[in-house]
Amino acid sequence: MNPKTTDRIATFVLYTIAFLIVSVLFGLLAYILYHGFQRIDLQFITSPPETMKAGGGIGPQLFNSLYLLVLTLIITIPLGLGGGIYLAEYAPKNKVTDAIRLSIEVLSSLPSIVVGLFGLMVFVNVMGWGFSILSGACALTVFNLPLLVRVVEESLRSVPREQKEASLAMGISHWTTIRKVLLPVALPGIITGTILASGRIFGEAAALLFTAGMSSPDLNFSDWSFTTPVSPLNPFRPAETLAVHIWKVNSEGLIPDARAVADGASAILVLTVLFFNLFARWFGRWIYKRLTAS
Amino acid sequence: MRQRNWRTEGFGRGITLFCAAILILITLSIVYFIASKGLSTFFLNGVSLTEFLTGTTWNPDADPGKFGALPFIMGSFLVTVGAALLAAPLGIGAAIFMVEIQPGWGQKILQPVVELLVGIPSVVYGFVGLSVIVPFLRNNVGGLGFSLLAGILVLTVMILPTVTSLSTDAIRRVPRDLKEASLALGATRWQTIWKIIILRSSLPGLLMAIIMGMARAFGEALAVQMVIGNTPLVPKSLLEPANTLTSAITLNMGNTIAGSAYNNALWSMGLLLLLMTFVFILLIRYVGRKGQM
Amino acid sequence: MDSLQKNGLITEELNVYYGTNHAVKDINLTFPKHTVSALIGPSGCGKSTYLRSLNRMNDLVEGTRVTGKIWFEGHDINDQGEDLQQLRRRIGMVWQKPNPFFKSVYENVAFAPRYHGMKNLDEIVESCLRKAALWDEVKDRLKDSALALSGGQQQRLCIARTLALGPSVLLLDEPTSALDPISTAKIEELMFDLKKDYTIIMVTHNMQQAARISDQTAFFLLGELIEVDQTKRLFTNPKQKKTEDYITGRFG
Ligand SMILES: Nc1ncnc2c1ncn2[C@@H]1O[C@H](COP(=O)(O)OP(=O)(O)OP(=O)(O)O)[C@@H](O)[C@H]1O
Ligand SMILES: [Mg+2]
Repeated sequence: MNPKTTDRIATFVLYTIAFLIVSVLFGLLAYILYHGFQRIDLQFITSPPETMKAGGGIGPQLFNSLYLLVLTLIITIPLGLGGGIYLAEYAPKNKVTDAIRLSIEVLSSLPSIVVGLFGLMVFVNVMGWGFSILSGACALTVFNLPLLVRVVEESLRSVPREQKEASLAMGISHWTTIRKVLLPVALPGIITGTILASGRIFGEAAALLFTAGMSSPDLNFSDWSFTTPVSPLNPFRPAETLAVHIWKVNSEGLIPDARAVADGASAILVLTVLFFNLFARWFGRWIYKRLTAS
Repeated sequence: MRQRNWRTEGFGRGITLFCAAILILITLSIVYFIASKGLSTFFLNGVSLTEFLTGTTWNPDADPGKFGALPFIMGSFLVTVGAALLAAPLGIGAAIFMVEIQPGWGQKILQPVVELLVGIPSVVYGFVGLSVIVPFLRNNVGGLGFSLLAGILVLTVMILPTVTSLSTDAIRRVPRDLKEASLALGATRWQTIWKIIILRSSLPGLLMAIIMGMARAFGEALAVQMVIGNTPLVPKSLLEPANTLTSAITLNMGNTIAGSAYNNALWSMGLLLLLMTFVFILLIRYVGRKGQM
Repeated sequence: MDSLQKNGLITEELNVYYGTNHAVKDINLTFPKHTVSALIGPSGCGKSTYLRSLNRMNDLVEGTRVTGKIWFEGHDINDQGEDLQQLRRRIGMVWQKPNPFFKSVYENVAFAPRYHGMKNLDEIVESCLRKAALWDEVKDRLKDSALALSGGQQQRLCIARTLALGPSVLLLDEPTSALDPISTAKIEELMFDLKKDYTIIMVTHNMQQAARISDQTAFFLLGELIEVDQTKRLFTNPKQKKTEDYITGRFG
């Protein structure tokens, strides 16, 4: 075939591929949102699910997902900051650093079901926390932490070198330089990365099946103590999240309107993740403008 | 003063090292715990390793139980390879489109699309697969719909963004002048793309993108489990139901008694997944080193 | 001892190695107090490297080795036991590219003094900004981000923040090469004022600048000190052929 013709065919194929991918996304979003909105209303978002009949909502699941996210971030952010700072600022070239980097690589490519198994054994059984929010948050930490360490390290590395030099050249200690000079500059990147990671945590299910559990007690939303079994805040109660709920209603099929509930829940899940994504982008741009605006 | 400096410096270094070291601790304990449980199938329950890896009969409840996990292993590999075969041309094609054909609006549209596709949770992919792909296959192609093919299709969409964005990075790294020289010598755009970009400069990067995608596909649990049909048999065609290591664990971990041979066999599958993660990492490092040479 | 009193800084046999690269070779130089010294020479000849070793900034670069003596305030500061934090309060540094902190104008100046436990920050900020001839331009926008200032203002802010610690020596590495002529003129004027109180050591590529503001000039080539003399004499009557070639622009 002559090269000109091949070139034209190839270009056509590439356009087709691009078009295909864009339509897959829009098709997917349209499908999920269209079906979801037929089910979503205030009652659906706020009321508890039914076990056998139709008409259940997803209120507790939505709350669980958010609470789990918050708890996970509370654990991961300090650790992630520490690990990222170490790798960006202190880590010498040695075996320990290599081991840390290898661990990050392993943890971030580990299948989430394996993380779930690990959580089941260590947090649920060995630590004795049972199927609980705390176990779930720890499992989520296992694969969120390497992500966050990378985000922090990269954000710190992208701070201009001169900032660090200027501070050290004024006799300011390395540790203070990190905290007061480098971290503030790296913060926008860290926040954007954390928001994106949050989207991932929010949608995670496989790691939670055997850690946070597949059920949720009848929550009493007027009881905000940390210890009573029906309190929403109690970290030792089981907590089925939105993502797990979608999986459960589909695989158990006990409620007659499983399809509609899953539609609604999927739409909310996707909207939330979408929101995280757009918010992260917007925030990144906003903070960039603020820092460079005159 | 010196004392104080030493103390705060030591404090900062120490506390951050502690945080970083937690990563090693977690990794080691994952390996330790999964391995100790996963190996007990062979040491405690006396299942032979050969049977587990090559046997085709899976009936752990029988007496004596049959622990041939080959159908699951095969299933995992088949969906992974299938998804990679579909996602590779699509992902690389999209990457070429973004970098070479339409770097302007093409990238402005595709880039966010790819990022959003990464963000969609896997259960949602599974659910859409269950409510769109499965009935579509059942009504138009034949079989139950729950099939190897359905699993492959769902995974393809899931790993497409990974393959696309990593391929984009790889293609971007090709020096401009290489391309320009080729074009100046009278090669068509496609000849340039094919000879210079795909075959020479970015090949390792593209391979890496595909391997990363495969790693993701191999470990995906819920989305596959929801559409693949979950029969413990080696499928004879794309339209037959199948099973994977991840879906077997997902479905049965909660229904088996801890410590039983059945339960331990599931941990062995987990161990297999863990080992495959290492294999993928080694592959990626190997290809990456090739790329630097 | 007497010469130590009169002189701000003296280096004896100073050598700097980046790994195996011997970047600065056996430099003996004396910087009298209250003078401006210019270091000139072609790119890559080791001027910045030499300058950076004077406040031990090369310690930050892995694989660097500095040998020789640097006499400052009565002792050798190129010593293992030297307290670098205290040293760097006494020897300040300004870079080629203005690098203010991503903080407010006020905070840029007040940050280091606060860290070192100094009192009366408001006064320090005002007096340093005045010394750097910046006060009138920024007194109404102390709370604004320093990044919103012009390049020349940013550079003067960097000088002000260095002054805030009360150093006695200022190291400037091509402080005006990223600036427009007007800002350059302002900074040159500023250095003229500052030398009343400080010992100034400046790297520059601009020979007119060296001639205009410095009292002594040192010419570096390939890591070696070729010639050092009073500026006027060096430019009008260089002793070395190489110096002459360089200042007359006959150099590669
Ligand atoms: N961090 C470093 N690591 C290794 N070598 C370096 C480093 N910094 C500088 N060098 C080398 O040391 C030599 C002197 O460099 P230096 O930056 O001091 O030159 P300079 O006179 O300041 O040049 P310029 O006028 O371009 O600023 C050069 O050969 C340079 O390549
Ligand atoms: Mg220089």
